[in-house]
Amino acid sequence: MLGKTADGLFWMFRYLERNENTARLLDAGFRIALTRADAAENEWASVLTTIGIEQAFLEQYERMETAHVIDFLLRDPSNASSVTSMIQAARDNARLLRTALTRELWSATNECWLTLRELLARPVRERELPFVLNTIQQQNALLNGTLHSTMMRNEVFNFARLGTFLERADNTARILDVKYYLLLPSVSLIGSSLDNVQWETILRSVSAQRSYHRLHKGDVRPREIANFLMLDLRMPRSLAFCYSKIVDNLTHLAKDYGARQPCIDQAETVFARLTNRSIEDIFESGLHEFIQDFIRDNNALGSQIEKDYRFYG
Amino acid sequence: MSDPKNVFDEMFGTGEQYREPYRDYRQWFESQDAAWLHRKSDEAETVFRKIGITFNVYGEEEASERLIPFDVVPRIISSREWSRLVRGIRQRIQAMNAFLYDVYHRKEIFRAGRIPIEVIANNTAFLPQMIGVSPPGNVYTHVVGVDIVRTGENEFYVLEDNARTPSGVSYMLENREIMLQMFPELFARVNVQAVGNYPKNLRRSLGNCVPRSYEGTPVIAVLTPGIYNSAYFEHAFLAGQMGAELVEGHDLRVVDGRIAMRTTQGYVPIDVIYRRVDDDYLDPLNFNQQSLLGVPGIFDVYRAGGVTIANAPGTGIADDKAVYSYMPDIIEFYTGEKALLKNVPTWRCAEPDALRYVLDHLAELVVKEVHGSGGYGMLVGPAASNKKLVEFRNKLKTTPGKYIAQPTLSLSTTPILTKNGLDPRHVDLRIFVLVSPNEIHMTPGGLTRVALNKGSLIVNSSQGGGTKDTWVLEE
Repeated sequence: MLGKTADGLFWMFRYLERNENTARLLDAGFRIALTRADAAENEWASVLTTIGIEQAFLEQYERMETAHVIDFLLRDPSNASSVTSMIQAARDNARLLRTALTRELWSATNECWLTLRELLARPVRERELPFVLNTIQQQNALLNGTLHSTMMRNEVFNFARLGTFLERADNTARILDVKYYLLLPSVSLIGSSLDNVQWETILRSVSAQRSYHRLHKGDVRPREIANFLMLDLRMPRSLAFCYSKIVDNLTHLAKDYGARQPCIDQAETVFARLTNRSIEDIFESGLHEFIQDFIRDNNALGSQIEKDYRFYG
Repeated sequence: MSDPKNVFDEMFGTGEQYREPYRDYRQWFESQDAAWLHRKSDEAETVFRKIGITFNVYGEEEASERLIPFDVVPRIISSREWSRLVRGIRQRIQAMNAFLYDVYHRKEIFRAGRIPIEVIANNTAFLPQMIGVSPPGNVYTHVVGVDIVRTGENEFYVLEDNARTPSGVSYMLENREIMLQMFPELFARVNVQAVGNYPKNLRRSLGNCVPRSYEGTPVIAVLTPGIYNSAYFEHAFLAGQMGAELVEGHDLRVVDGRIAMRTTQGYVPIDVIYRRVDDDYLDPLNFNQQSLLGVPGIFDVYRAGGVTIANAPGTGIADDKAVYSYMPDIIEFYTGEKALLKNVPTWRCAEPDALRYVLDHLAELVVKEVHGSGGYGMLVGPAASNKKLVEFRNKLKTTPGKYIAQPTLSLSTTPILTKNGLDPRHVDLRIFVLVSPNEIHMTPGGLTRVALNKGSLIVNSSQGGGTKDTWVLEE
């Protein structure tokens, strides 16, 4: 496979995953904005920080008004991470590597682009937001479903999945990075109702409310949330889950190509850190440091994969 | 504009009766509900948009992708008519390759005085770097798109030879695909020859043109200028269908005297490059130094026999419009036979007598740029405004050598589906030819382009043209 094609696949699926994450974060933030107007500005600030575009937003707007945040995140062309920018970039990549995709997957990508482009042609009013966010997630689900049901399990699939899980791990880690202080053991002693809402928001932003409650019978505790989002191998957006998939896909590539690249050692090291210790150990040695190290290593792994598989030359 | 009275319609002939090739289709058509047919027609557009079969229009913002309008009424050719076209084109392509070899080697045809040497001497399509170079199997034109027009029951003309990087074959394939999806019962009723083997045949044909350095299974790649090229969809489509890699210049480099592509497992050598990049942009070291699309040194590898480039560099000299006018002589010189297919009479404006005639009859003629293509920069005299005529008169006087002129042919029509039922529109036909040392192969069908504006003779997609599925009937 061409290095360029691997690069295109990897980023196409990163962009798609980022869109899904943006939709989730918007959904969680919007819930706060609706129910706790006084906390809305703070919540939007943390959403923008999580995506890494708070600065860019503040260059255009003075305050974190809901309508502006929605517009900036969904459709502002000057925001390279907006949903419209991302789906355009994903589809541009798909056009570049059309030959590597099944006809069905290309069609799903093209339809996703057509649908979102039409949906986001005009500013989205607040009452339309749930429908719009739902459509973004549905379109992504269609795309991922088509990937799974039509694509061969070969290098093409591996690079696509690597993009998905590197992006997802980054997203979950960034949510934790922005909200880590809410999960510290000392905070649980305070136990105010604001914290409860904040904890629910964290779960909501990774679509894990129902699974969490099912698992813990409605008992919302920061330690459990941290464990769930970081170390639980059953939770599809946890750091550990993402890394088990990353290691799987890199192992598959190594077998397929008959050559082990340095990136797989890096991935295994990170994965080991998520599997060979308990959440208490992590709290002990510092949650914030752990998360920051993780984000740095996750980025480094991305660069190593690009290098090992000659994305750019 | 054309005079409808003298026009040959391929469904009706010149009278009320249907022509034989359309008989079965008409029987089917008559029994269909008009509203249903219109719904099918809308459905086709939706499908094309979803699949993303689009082309980019030059001069518009890069994001603009357009659909070529598709008409659901097929253009039908009998097997007898097809055999005749096949014989004529085969003869022409043989002569064309012999001519190219001669042009870049002994130049016998010029020594024999059949063509003045000036035709190539001052021609930018002539590539001096190709002198003395023999491409693998002496094949220059691996893929040709011959444009045929018809003016009567037995009147076929070759309008253009398109031997550089002809496009449109993906539309031939997708048009058939969509017709099969929409009207499956129709294909059970009418015996239409399949076109779907084109990608397989292309792969085989290119694989038969491997360079000397080749070993094992030939590695084939399609070289595209990139995502913003108007035919990008087609490049991706063909690469996908052939199971070849779709590469751009920056994916390639010279490694150990071969052209190699950067893959996730290192550099892998390529045997045959089906390039959809013009000569000028192929190699910044040997041709246009500004080109970012090509591969530095590719031409040196080619000359040393390390890779096959299809079509061969320098092929453009054979489909140049000035050379076109000599095609009947070229065919006679190399095959010893009269040309089976007619050339459109052509005035070379570089010649003073011809120029005088053209200026005197400008309003009746079609004027084309010698090096132009795609319908850009041409004048259709009978349809042109006075202003446009004056403009071309001046151009012809200042730079006559840049132009040729031809009579305005009364192109045949085939009906399209309109709100008011069937209505005739002018059509042409591009036939796709694959050339290897072993054979010259034509896919039974082609791309029918149709001028959707009533009376218009311009079929180019950039100027109001659409396409139709083209059927060649089984015997």
